Amino acid sequence: MSALENDAAAIAGIGDEYRYGFHDEEKPVIKVDRGLNEGIIRQISAHKNEPQWMLDFRLKSYEIFLKKPMPHWGADLSGIDFDNIFYYLKPAEETARTWDDVPEDIKNTFERLGIPEAERKFLAGVGAQYESEVVYHNLQKDLEDLGVLFLDTDQALHLHPELFREHWATVIPANDNKFSALNSAVWSGGSFIYVPKGVKIELPLQAYFRINAQNMGQFERTLIIVDEGAYVHYVEGCTAPTYSSDSLHSAVVEIIVRKGGRCRYTTIQNWSNNVYNLVTKRAIAEEDATMEWVDGNLGSKVTMKYPAVILKGARSHGEVLSIAFAGDGQHQDAGAKITHMAADTSSVITSKSISKNGGRASYRGLLRVNKGAHRARSKVVCDALILDEHSQSDTFPYINIGENDVDIGHEATVSKIGEEQLYYLMSRGLNEAEASAMIVAGFVEPITKELPLEYAVELNRLILLQMEGSVG
Amino acid sequence: MADLVIRNLHAKIADSDKEILRGIDLTVSRGEIHAIMGPNGSGKSTLSHVLMGHPGYEVTSGEVTFDGTDVLELGPDERSKLGLFLCFQYPYAVPGVTVANFLRTAVNAHRDTPIRIPEFRKQMADAMDLLEVDRKMSSRYLNDGFSGGEKKRLEILQLAMLKPQLAILDETDSGLDIDALQIVARGVNHHVGADMGAIVITHYQRILDHIRPSHVHVLIDGRIVRSGGPELAHELDAAGYASHMAEV
Repeated sequence: MSALENDAAAIAGIGDEYRYGFHDEEKPVIKVDRGLNEGIIRQISAHKNEPQWMLDFRLKSYEIFLKKPMPHWGADLSGIDFDNIFYYLKPAEETARTWDDVPEDIKNTFERLGIPEAERKFLAGVGAQYESEVVYHNLQKDLEDLGVLFLDTDQALHLHPELFREHWATVIPANDNKFSALNSAVWSGGSFIYVPKGVKIELPLQAYFRINAQNMGQFERTLIIVDEGAYVHYVEGCTAPTYSSDSLHSAVVEIIVRKGGRCRYTTIQNWSNNVYNLVTKRAIAEEDATMEWVDGNLGSKVTMKYPAVILKGARSHGEVLSIAFAGDGQHQDAGAKITHMAADTSSVITSKSISKNGGRASYRGLLRVNKGAHRARSKVVCDALILDEHSQSDTFPYINIGENDVDIGHEATVSKIGEEQLYYLMSRGLNEAEASAMIVAGFVEPITKELPLEYAVELNRLILLQMEGSVG
Repeated sequence: MADLVIRNLHAKIADSDKEILRGIDLTVSRGEIHAIMGPNGSGKSTLSHVLMGHPGYEVTSGEVTFDGTDVLELGPDERSKLGLFLCFQYPYAVPGVTVANFLRTAVNAHRDTPIRIPEFRKQMADAMDLLEVDRKMSSRYLNDGFSGGEKKRLEILQLAMLKPQLAILDETDSGLDIDALQIVARGVNHHVGADMGAIVITHYQRILDHIRPSHVHVLIDGRIVRSGGPELAHELDAAGYASHMAEV
C-alpha cells in the first residue's frame, strides 16, 4: 500500500522547488582543472595510485572518446560542453568504514537523504558515493564471511587485482560508444560486487549516489559478478541538488551472471533538471541465468539509457522494467536492448512513460534474435501516459529476428488521464492533484510493486511532487 | 430542516445547446428518501451528475444549496467534503490502485488527521461484512475487471465508509439480481436516518420495495411533472409513464 495521502501532507508547501536541492559547502582535497586532456587523466590515475595497465586503459579510452562521433540518433546533446566539466574531485582523504568516521558536512547530506535510517531498517550493506569517491562503506559481517565482495571499484582494483582485471570492460568495451569511452577514460568510484557460487543474498545491497559539486561530472563504474547459482539484488538510488549550469552523469554498469545465477539491479534516478544522464548498462546472462533491470528515471535534462541483456546461454532469461517521467524541458529517451543468442531464451520488456508540461518521453528498444536462438520468446509492452497536449511520447521499437520458430509479442498503448476518471476520484473528496497522482501511481504500479518498500514510497512521493502544480 | 434545496435548475451538456434539465425544484431533508422515477432520457442521470459536479455538464440557471452553502460554486471534491455522495451507475476503473488504498485516501480526504491504520482496517472489514463483500476485494484494483454487481457493492461500501449527509443513488438497482439488491438496500438503509437523506434514481419500482421512499417524483423531459408519496411508485409500476408523458 502506498502512502500517498500521508506524503501529500508531508510535502505541502514545498512547491516546485527541487526537494533534494540542498548542497553542502565543497571541501575538496584535490580538484583537477576543468576540461579534459591527457595530463588530467594521468593526474587522476596517479592520484589513485593505479597500476600501469589501468593508466594505459584510460589513455587508450580517451583516444577512442576523441575519435567517436556524438550519437545523433537520439536526444539532443548539443548542450554538453565537455571543456566546462570537472572530471575528478575527491572530497575526503580516506574511505570511511563506520558512520562515525564520515566528515560532518557529508554526514549532514546523508542524514537528509535518510541513509542511516534506511540502513537500520534492512540494508545488507551500504556503499554511498559522494562526489567521486566512496566515503562510506559497510558490509555486514556475515556477507563477508560468505566471501561476498561489496566495495568501491577503486578499492577493488587494489585489493582484488586478478578478479578485477579478468572481468573489467569485458561486457562493455571502451569503444562501445562515445560515453562508454569517456567513462573508461575518467571513471571514478562505483560499486564492485562479487557473489561466490551458490551464495544467495536475501537482502538488497544498496548504494546512494550524489553529485554535489557544480559542473561536476560523475563517471562511476560498476562491475557485478554473480557466480554460478548465486543471487544478488543491487539497489542504487540517485538524487542530485539543483544547479544552474549543466552537469554530466555518464556511468557504465557491467554485469556478468554465470550459469544458473540471478541478478536484479534496481535504480531510481532523480537527477536535478540540468543533468545530462547518459548511461551504458549491459549484462551477460549465461546458461539458465536470469538478469533483471528495474529502472526508474525521473528528473534530468536529458536521459539516454537502454539497459541491455545479452542472453548468451541456453534457457537464460532477461527482463527490463522501466518507468520514465518527463516534465518541463526534459527528454527521457529510455528503453531496453535484448539479444537472444541461444536456444530457449526468453525476455520481457515492460516500459511505462509519463510526460507532462511539455516533457518528452521516448521508448527506444532493440530486440534481436540471432541465428541459432531457436524457440526464443519475447514480450514487449510499452505504455505511455500523456498528461497534457503540450507533452509528447514516441515509441521506436527495432526488432531484428534471425530465426523462424520464435514467439515475439509487441504491445503499445498511449493514454491520457480521463476527465471522467478524475471526476470519479474527486467525487470521493480527492483534490485534482491527488486524483491525478493516484491515477499516475496506479499506472506505474507494475514497476513500484517490484521495488523495495522505501523506494516504492519514494517513487510515489516524487510522482506526487511532480504532479503538484501541473494541474488546475 | 431543509438540507438540499434545488431551485429552478437548468443544465445542458457542455459545448452543446441541448438543455436536459429544464427547471427542477426539489427539497430533500435528512431522514427523507426521495425516489426520482422516469423513463430513459428524462434527465435522471444528468441530475445526479449536475448535483455532484460532473465537468461535462453546464448549469445555465437556477441554484443548488446544501445547508445554505452554494453547491454549484464548488468542485466535486469540495461537494464530497460538504457531505454529498453519488453512487455511480457506471463507476470508473483505476488500474494499479487498490481498493484499500483508494478508500483510505478518500476517508482521509474527509478528515483533518489521517485515520489510524488499524481503525481503518476495522471500519473497512465491518462495512465489507455488512455488504457481504469478500475481504479480498480490498487488495484488488479499483473497479478493474469487476462484475456489475461487484461495482455496485463497492459503491455502497464507499458510502458506508464516507458516511455522507446526502446520498444520490443513480440506478443502483440496474444489473443487480434480487439477492444483491437486498444486500445493497440493507447497506443504504443502515445509513439513512437522522444524519442522512437520500435521492434514489430509478427506472423501476423494484428497488423501492427494499429502500422505501418517503417521497416519489416523476421526471419527464427534464422536469418534475408529479410528486407524491410511496403509493405513486406503485401506480407508475402498473400504468407506466405514458400518461405523464402526454402532459409534457
